Amino acid sequence: MKFPQTDRRTFLKTTGHLLIGFNLFPFIQCTPLDDSRSDLPEYMGIPERPHLGRDLIDSWIRLDAKGHITVLTGKKELGQGIRTALLQIAADELEVEIERCHIINGDTGQTANEGYTSGSNSIEGSGMAIRRAASEAKYFLMQLAAENWKVELSQVSAKDGTIFGPGKMSISYWELVNGKYYEKTISDIAPILDFNKHKYVGKPVPREDIKTLVLGKSHFVHDLRFQDMVHARILHPPTYKAKLKQLDQSTVASMDGVIKVIVDGSFVAVIAKREYQAIKAWQILKTMCVWEVNKINILPEKLFQDMKLNAQKPQIIEDSLGITGKINASPAKFKASYRRPYHMHASAGPSCALAMWENGQLTVWSPTQGVYPLQETLSDLFGIEKDKIRCIGIPGSGCYGHNGADDVSAEAALISKHYPGFPVRLQWMREDEHQWEPYGSAMIMELEAGMDEKGKIQAWDTHIWSDSHSTRPRGEAGHFISARHLENPILFQKGGYSGGAYRNATPLYNIPSKRLQLYNYDGPLRSSALRGLGAYGNIFALESFMDELAHLADMDPLEFRIKNLDDWRAKAVLEKLAEKTNWSSLDRSGNKGYGIAFAKYKNSAAYFAVMAEIEKHPEKEAFKLTRMVSVIEAGQCINPDGIINQTEGGMIQSASWTLMEEVKYDANGVLSKDWNTYPILRSQETPEVEVHLINRPELPPLGAGEAAQGPVAAAIANAVFDATGNRVRDLPLKPEKIEWAKI
Amino acid sequence: MAKSIQLDVNGKIQQIEVDEEEPLLYILREDFGLNGPKFGCGLHQCGACMVLVDGKASYSCIQPSVTFEGKKIETIEGLHESEENLHPLQKAFYEEQAAQCGYCLNGMMMAALELLSANPKPSEQEIRNSLDKVICRCGTHSRFIKAVKKAAQSNSKF
Repeated sequence: MKFPQTDRRTFLKTTGHLLIGFNLFPFIQCTPLDDSRSDLPEYMGIPERPHLGRDLIDSWIRLDAKGHITVLTGKKELGQGIRTALLQIAADELEVEIERCHIINGDTGQTANEGYTSGSNSIEGSGMAIRRAASEAKYFLMQLAAENWKVELSQVSAKDGTIFGPGKMSISYWELVNGKYYEKTISDIAPILDFNKHKYVGKPVPREDIKTLVLGKSHFVHDLRFQDMVHARILHPPTYKAKLKQLDQSTVASMDGVIKVIVDGSFVAVIAKREYQAIKAWQILKTMCVWEVNKINILPEKLFQDMKLNAQKPQIIEDSLGITGKINASPAKFKASYRRPYHMHASAGPSCALAMWENGQLTVWSPTQGVYPLQETLSDLFGIEKDKIRCIGIPGSGCYGHNGADDVSAEAALISKHYPGFPVRLQWMREDEHQWEPYGSAMIMELEAGMDEKGKIQAWDTHIWSDSHSTRPRGEAGHFISARHLENPILFQKGGYSGGAYRNATPLYNIPSKRLQLYNYDGPLRSSALRGLGAYGNIFALESFMDELAHLADMDPLEFRIKNLDDWRAKAVLEKLAEKTNWSSLDRSGNKGYGIAFAKYKNSAAYFAVMAEIEKHPEKEAFKLTRMVSVIEAGQCINPDGIINQTEGGMIQSASWTLMEEVKYDANGVLSKDWNTYPILRSQETPEVEVHLINRPELPPLGAGEAAQGPVAAAIANAVFDATGNRVRDLPLKPEKIEWAKI
Repeated sequence: MAKSIQLDVNGKIQQIEVDEEEPLLYILREDFGLNGPKFGCGLHQCGACMVLVDGKASYSCIQPSVTFEGKKIETIEGLHESEENLHPLQKAFYEEQAAQCGYCLNGMMMAALELLSANPKPSEQEIRNSLDKVICRCGTHSRFIKAVKKAAQSNSKF
């Protein structure tokens, strides 16, 4: 594995490949994830070159002499379909067939540093960078043709990969570039193509990687197989902060296929020739380790009490003078408190990564959401320069935030350091994933508001208690779980609490006085970013509370929301929801109940409104979520089927969190260690889902992947209230929390 | 203990040396180079590792490979004639774009195949019951159900 230098001049000088870059003669390299399609000459990839700056066109787009286009993005494919969406943007802006386009996602050896693939930011960030670079590339080609033909730029045009000039002059992009290297910077003068001319953007272009998946071809980091690859398993301690007291390695060391047992403080791992040999050794090691266990003091029944007692002094996020007086003086006022438990990402495939050390340099093949932050944090872990570490992003099992992906990558690197020269594949066991991932934090949301006689909200006061929603590694090795277990441990310092806790806590509704206070809390379980972060709990509370206020005002909850909104796009999704669900004429006489909820994700991304339908069965003291209908508007829609797929998934996942899920633990550690102890929604219980899309191609695209999480929770709670008259403010929303006797 | 056995995987019979305790899953991935069956839990709870054994969707993560001798093992890799000519179930899953991360896809397809071969015109409830044994975390269930319905409507023989 060659490690490209990061300095451009040195690189160009030392390699002598001055033709590298925007255009070049392709030569073979390993790009196992690219689909070769169509009748074009076979795609051979592009020569590897480090990212040389965001202002260069070829940092994002490269053309080769055979008619292939390679798009480079720092964003990772996580199953959200970003590869397809970015290819659609590039193909349209360059005005070429999408079959010519290929993509490289997240590789510190090649792509831009675009941080983490998180927060539904990829289209707004990378997508727009690629759109700009593609428009500049096409514009440059048109200038070049005009110069060659000695005509004015205004006399040339581009279409379908060809430049046209006066008369019958025409030349394809590839003939024009003719194997030369052009270093061009993004000038911001190239015009962006009018959306009416889009051929791919706005169309449901199918994800070709789904074909790879149905064929059973290599796709996941789990599927990588290298020459001389060995297998590893890690033995995590039984609880956080447990210390290894004693371990007799002799039995395991002599087992078939075992290459090495690694013990470094409380970090225990095994390397074997075959995967099953590593698992067998891991099972024996588990019985041989003697641990000093550190008990968890704050037990579930005391958690919320402790949160209020021991949180820090409030951080005032938004203030409004005299708000308490305004609420008290209001003709109608209301106060309520809501809670959510710890939830887990619970990826279907346990985290997996490969690592190899060679000549003091490290390569990691990782399912991380951010190859550059991973590289930086590994540099801190091993005390070596970043340019000696290459992180190559490969799809993992769906992560939905900060799961075990970074931890497993660091562990693979730690293990492989003991066995240099060989690629080491480490996969977690199911219990590692369930017990060691960082959870979405438990939270308390306390809301109070005052309204006038006409149902207009005048003042809104929010108090939130929460642990951190982002402990992602961003350069400090203590954020890797296993770095804390080493003989010379690297301690974890939580650092600043991110804004994630109060995401979406400020109502989008038009309210004259608003206050928001956050009480940061250091909780008993490891926590970090889970899809939507604090927005899940905050919108559950806010939109349940809106329903309670509507009830108090004796107004229809949908009309009540529209009355308190100014934003026309927000009103439009609610109006469309009313139309698609026949909201005003739903039959409530039987055993059904209906609830709605709305949010604009982060108050800056996609608009989303949803209706939940439940069916109550008082005789069985049970209810069932039968149907959900939603409307989403995310500005210019790149791939409608992609947005719908993500939204359906978000709705079903959030329904699962809301109805069933909570991480269980006791003094001796996390009890939710598999699918029986942490059940999630399965096919039998999955509600019908229906997603309607409003496309606004004239407006900039907005992040959509997390929009459903919060509103779905509130819509279900509101439907339960509608059907049973019971207001459940404490998630998960289980039937035993309903007073069936009173119905 | 090492043992020499014959396994019939996707119609090809191969003689291999195995550890008698080694579950089928690891043999399929390491010796047969297959990607379809995946490690999900190792506990018979999630279905990621499912393969068809004599037509029945079966877990492969615990049961030693030696117990599969003489049985017909099929995985998703064995379904299609060529990449251009997909099996009707693969085609339905692709056309419905029934995947997000795709880790559970193998299990879902195996469960669907077992159902469709015994019951070519299943009801929605029967489809849901069949897919219930497979864990999906992305929430793609509604598309899997649609894809199985679509495959059933194709009037293909499974």
